[in-house]
Amino acid sequence: MKKLTFKGGTHPPHSKKATEKLALEKANAPKIVVIPMQQHIGAPCDPIVAVGDEVKVGQKIGEAKGFVSVPVHSSVSGKVTAIEPRLYSGGTKVTCVVIESDMQDTIHESVTSKGSLEALSADDIKNIIKEAGIVGMGGAAFPTHVKLAPPPEKNVDTVILNGAECEPYLTADHRLMLENPEDVVYGLQAFMKALNVSKGYIGIEDNKMDAIEAMEKAAQGKEGIEVVALHAKYPQGAEKQLIYACTKREVPSGGLPADARVVVNNVGTAAAVAKAIKTGMPLVERIVTITGEGISNPKNLFVKIGTSFREVIEQCGGFKGNPQKIIAGGPMMGIAQFNIDIPVIKGTSGILTLSENELQLSDPLACIKCGRCIEVCPIGLLPTKLESFSSRNMLMEAENYHVLDCIECGSCSFICPAKRRLVESIRLGKAQVMAEKRKAKA
Amino acid sequence: MEHGNLVVSSSPHIRSKESVNSIMYNVIIALLPATVAAIYFFRLRAFLLIAVSIIAAIAAEAIILKIRKKPIAINDGSAIITGLLLALTISPAMPLWMAVVGSVVSIGIGKQVYGGLGSNPFNPALVGRAFLIITFPVQMTTWINPIDGLATATPLGLQKMEGIGTGYLELLLGNVGGSLGETSALLLLIGGLYLIYKGIIRWYIPVSYLGTVAAMSLILGSDPIFQLLSGGLMLGAFFMATDMVTSPVTKKGQLIFGIGAGLITIIVRLYGGYPEGVLFSILLMNIFTPIIDKYAMPKIYGEVKSK
Ligand code: SF4
Ligand code: SF4
Repeated sequence: MKKLTFKGGTHPPHSKKATEKLALEKANAPKIVVIPMQQHIGAPCDPIVAVGDEVKVGQKIGEAKGFVSVPVHSSVSGKVTAIEPRLYSGGTKVTCVVIESDMQDTIHESVTSKGSLEALSADDIKNIIKEAGIVGMGGAAFPTHVKLAPPPEKNVDTVILNGAECEPYLTADHRLMLENPEDVVYGLQAFMKALNVSKGYIGIEDNKMDAIEAMEKAAQGKEGIEVVALHAKYPQGAEKQLIYACTKREVPSGGLPADARVVVNNVGTAAAVAKAIKTGMPLVERIVTITGEGISNPKNLFVKIGTSFREVIEQCGGFKGNPQKIIAGGPMMGIAQFNIDIPVIKGTSGILTLSENELQLSDPLACIKCGRCIEVCPIGLLPTKLESFSSRNMLMEAENYHVLDCIECGSCSFICPAKRRLVESIRLGKAQVMAEKRKAKA
Repeated sequence: MEHGNLVVSSSPHIRSKESVNSIMYNVIIALLPATVAAIYFFRLRAFLLIAVSIIAAIAAEAIILKIRKKPIAINDGSAIITGLLLALTISPAMPLWMAVVGSVVSIGIGKQVYGGLGSNPFNPALVGRAFLIITFPVQMTTWINPIDGLATATPLGLQKMEGIGTGYLELLLGNVGGSLGETSALLLLIGGLYLIYKGIIRWYIPVSYLGTVAAMSLILGSDPIFQLLSGGLMLGAFFMATDMVTSPVTKKGQLIFGIGAGLITIIVRLYGGYPEGVLFSILLMNIFTPIIDKYAMPKIYGEVKSK
């Protein structure tokens, strides 16, 4: 089998052994869920329920505002007990609807099958996806229906499903592809129909040969769908790198995937779409990998949106030793958390508990100009230069050296032998350059 | 279920195992075969020169860092490398105190005046060596034969001044006159290959450097194998030109650097006043490193104008 890849990149230890062979399990039903009104990139939702209201599973509780936004639904049946700002994994407080479950899981009347894919039009599909509150489940949580509506002049001709799961530790997508490949293919077909394209790829890293086989089997006889094996290399699942690996096209600097005539979605997103069409159930549950040396029994769980990290970790036997860091997402791009009383949201692909041994904390030393960061940067940037420009506030130079093209993958910081916090500085520099640009425009 | 204070820092949350220390110690390991051979060939004299150079380098580094009120970071191994590299480039006949001077100059003027490790434009050991050549030209070019300890010339000197050749095997094994560590091409090659195998250095500089020397010797009618095996070329190509701080950061840049150093080396060797050109070639190319870095940039993903 030919294996595809991109330029640059690095090889962090996969660390997937603890959970890759563990079948998906349903998490215990939570007694209380805390559902943020903003779990996606874009405008937050307005709550459309009030304290004291009875709600059911799949019932809409937050209405989307604007095009780049999706509604939010209840993941349990029960009673709304509070609507107030709470801390979430983004690190800030957002309005949350708190629901006490009646443990009945009564399903809302609106949850009914949308019929067969053949009978649905492209617009129907996009509408179902939006109404089901579906966002990118790889972590970025960008509203999916927006990706499915590129300007017609872009001539999108390809959909790529991201099954690379290049973040170390995480195995949620891996298990999904093994255990429910049919829904992944179904979701891809829905995307292809919504975009009116005939070519679909499913890209999977070659450290998941079993998933590649399962997907190939499920895709057999489905026209236009091709499963491609990708080299296991970080960040293989980054949009631009995946597009290059599958199609050899490059997204122009400053552009979107549609500029390379491609739309990329996560395999988890595809499965959520399949569910929304087949059963009518909106996005109220997701697969989360709970792992790391700081967890007693690592697992892959179906978790209802709004369940607290604490409950989920308890189900995994609690902490082992003295956990040093808890991360929502993967170790390369996930967000470190202050505490565990925060809810699982649509973008929570993993709950990672790292021990001291895994963290390898050390102070940064002077750059020895080894060039490692440059070698691994998947974009071809000079991270060492960008870091020094960013930290010295030389914004013009940073922009000239393409700071805005940085995808914040963290490969540079990972590899640096001097342990410099490259991407951390670059991220700040990038934000400042963008702020300046906005100012200049205004 | 409770947890202590959680570390909340920016991603990525995992780091590669490689550190500045591990890089430096691997370089030292790679130099060991040649170092042991130097001691084998030149006995106590070699041992003392190497020991004194290293100790002087470490001491100079510690004292200067103390004066500059910086943390004493001598355990990063870089001072050991500087002292060792310098020792390997000087004549076994050199008085010990001159080696001390060389080490102090390497660390002081070669490195610390610029702000320490990472900021120096020139390879510190080569700065020290250049200083010694200018200050003590006689002692720096008095060579002894490892077998009988009598005065002799280096193979390059013999070839150039008297037209006497030296056998490949002797050059490979190091049974020839020359500075401490420059004599055995084979052991240096083994050390260099170890560094490439371990991923500490890339092949770009050594291969383009050695390749250029070989190709140019052929073109200019000299014996390429002799040119490759003699003098400080192996030491220079694998251990000095590849000094990360003072060589370009990109692949393209490193290839240019190697080719440039190769050209200068062969020109000095064949047409210059000195028999050896490795030192000058690397120092000269160090000067060009910032310029090379400026122009030899990697291709950026998506660098086509957005419509
Ligand atoms: S500079 Fe940006 S894109 Fe390049 S490796 Fe670092 S984080 Fe990734
Ligand atoms: S990896 Fe670190 S030490 Fe090496 S060039 Fe980049 S910033 Fe400097």
